[in-house]
Amino acid sequence: MSAAPFLTIRDLAKHYVSRGTKLNILEGISFDIAKGEVVGLVGESGSGKTTIGRSVLRLVEPSSGSVEFDGTELTTLSAAQMRRTRPRMQYIFQDPFASLSPRMTIGEILTEGLKIQGIGTRKERMDRARNALVQVDLPAEAVNRYAHEFSGGQRQRIGIARALTLAPEFIVADEPVSALDVSIQAQVINLLRDLQQRLGLTMLFISHDLAVVEYICDRVIVLYLGRIMEIASSADLYARPQHPYTRALLSAIPSPDPNAPRNRQILKGDIPSPANPPSGCVFRTRCPVALEACAHTVPELREVSPGQFKACIRDDLN
Amino acid sequence: MDKRADPILDIRGLRTIFRTRGGEITAVDGIDLSVAAGETVALVGESGSGKSVTSLSVMGLLTRNVGAIAAGSIHFKSKDGAVRDLVTLDDEQMRRIRGDDIGMVFQEPMSSLNPVFTVGDQIAEPIRIHRDADRKSAMNSAVGLLDQVGIPDARRRAGQYPHELSGGMRQRATIAMALACDPTLLIADEPTTALDVTIQAQILDLLIKLQRERGMGMLFVTHNLGVVAEIAHRVAVMYAGRIVEEGPVAEVFRNPRHPYTLGLLASMPRLGDATRMKQAGQKLAAIPGVVPSLADMPDGCAFSPRCSYAIDACRAAVPALAEVNTMHRSRCIRWQEVGR
Repeated sequence: MSAAPFLTIRDLAKHYVSRGTKLNILEGISFDIAKGEVVGLVGESGSGKTTIGRSVLRLVEPSSGSVEFDGTELTTLSAAQMRRTRPRMQYIFQDPFASLSPRMTIGEILTEGLKIQGIGTRKERMDRARNALVQVDLPAEAVNRYAHEFSGGQRQRIGIARALTLAPEFIVADEPVSALDVSIQAQVINLLRDLQQRLGLTMLFISHDLAVVEYICDRVIVLYLGRIMEIASSADLYARPQHPYTRALLSAIPSPDPNAPRNRQILKGDIPSPANPPSGCVFRTRCPVALEACAHTVPELREVSPGQFKACIRDDLN
Repeated sequence: MDKRADPILDIRGLRTIFRTRGGEITAVDGIDLSVAAGETVALVGESGSGKSVTSLSVMGLLTRNVGAIAAGSIHFKSKDGAVRDLVTLDDEQMRRIRGDDIGMVFQEPMSSLNPVFTVGDQIAEPIRIHRDADRKSAMNSAVGLLDQVGIPDARRRAGQYPHELSGGMRQRATIAMALACDPTLLIADEPTTALDVTIQAQILDLLIKLQRERGMGMLFVTHNLGVVAEIAHRVAVMYAGRIVEEGPVAEVFRNPRHPYTLGLLASMPRLGDATRMKQAGQKLAAIPGVVPSLADMPDGCAFSPRCSYAIDACRAAVPALAEVNTMHRSRCIRWQEVGR
């Protein structure tokens, strides 16, 4: 990453209080995204990946930390200032059935953001909507139809088109293909990759599917219980995972390849509750190589080879 | 030996329909499928393929007045060795088979667990009903089962309510419940789909172990081809209500002979290979188009509108299942040309 980062996140934290119990959803999250880069956030339930994505756009308010977007600190902006920044930053949601209003035409859905921003005349807005539909390989006439007339894959294309109408520079895509059938997933992945390259978009791509992330992302951040375990380029992460959690996660994924080695490393136990995270390294209670020392210190995220960072004190593994 | 010679479950010509406002639709259209003791058969397909409707048909759990078996037979061999056609049984007879001879595990553990009873009580219940056991010995069996499915501190857990358990623990508890009466057949419908991948690995491992130990037959319904490869001996790939390819898992995945199976396998990004594909500028091999609506099926082969192998003959008639070899069948008239 030679260029100045486009998005800089420092010490982001999110805590909730639920029935008197403090929940540590995110703790000490720091990373950068360069312009035009696609960064993946992966992790299981409760890892905090969606909270990070939403905090960046201030769809949830972080408890502390800083989010700097193209030189502007977002966490201190007023609602009005934030609204002016939002067209540059868009969100694609997981569920194409829940995220599109059944009562609005596709044209109304696609132009709503433009209208709120006061961009263009009605006709210009509709032209932008038609243009966005064509970009996601849907017919421009779809503006007059309703969401229920479309399949899951088509709806997700509409969700992508909605993000595109505002001509954003940065997109958070939150599990955009997880709700889709396998044969449709590949269509949408190809489309997202295509658009990202054609429009030079910067993207934060949230997914629990590590194979999809490998295909679409330049760099990957592995999360566990609200903390970063490892950061590496896709090429390094999949070929040479360094953190014991990354290794376990990769080995847990069932492969349809009959020749794939079936020496899965099965992690014991459950993901702990964020109400009661383990002391020291949050992964230590399930870690196959945890030591006594892991309970005492929170491991720092350190660069272990160029561009590859891990939060683990064990350097004697391999 | 061909395990199919002595199946515990033998489905022939099953046709399941649904009555909707728009008329009758056929969700499962002539399925033949068998499961032998000690064998795991995966039924794999996308939304609307009919895989879950097939398993609901076997369990007798189709919604009354909406879904119905219109044709075919489902022969099932119960523990006492008697073979009966489940299609001909009444509700009471089916209830006796479910939970006793046939165990069931679903995607969402909370759909099988009652929130107001303890986990132990719920596992003990089928033992009391089907085995006529007293409360205390049934509870002891329940604790033993919780232990077998890998729940630590089983006696304490038996006294807890479902909400006090994690998602993975709840699914273990429903497996314990399904196994309570030593079923000969376990039907598992997307049992790991709602779970995180590290928990999924635990549950798959558990199911493989239990199936081997008990010599049960298992019908495993899933959309995940990776899970199929982990758990099943044989696979039946469904598309739009029909089986389009069937055979031993390793054979079908190594040497797919139906364009749909081939397309599904090619459309998945492969872990460890995706970086190379990306660097080479390769796209994922997506299957074009969408799954047809059951209310509006294309003529002939239902996959033909999306198939790069399709010719006029494919649209003329539904292809029969052709024998690739004695174990492997494909519902494609051009199966000899299909391959990787």
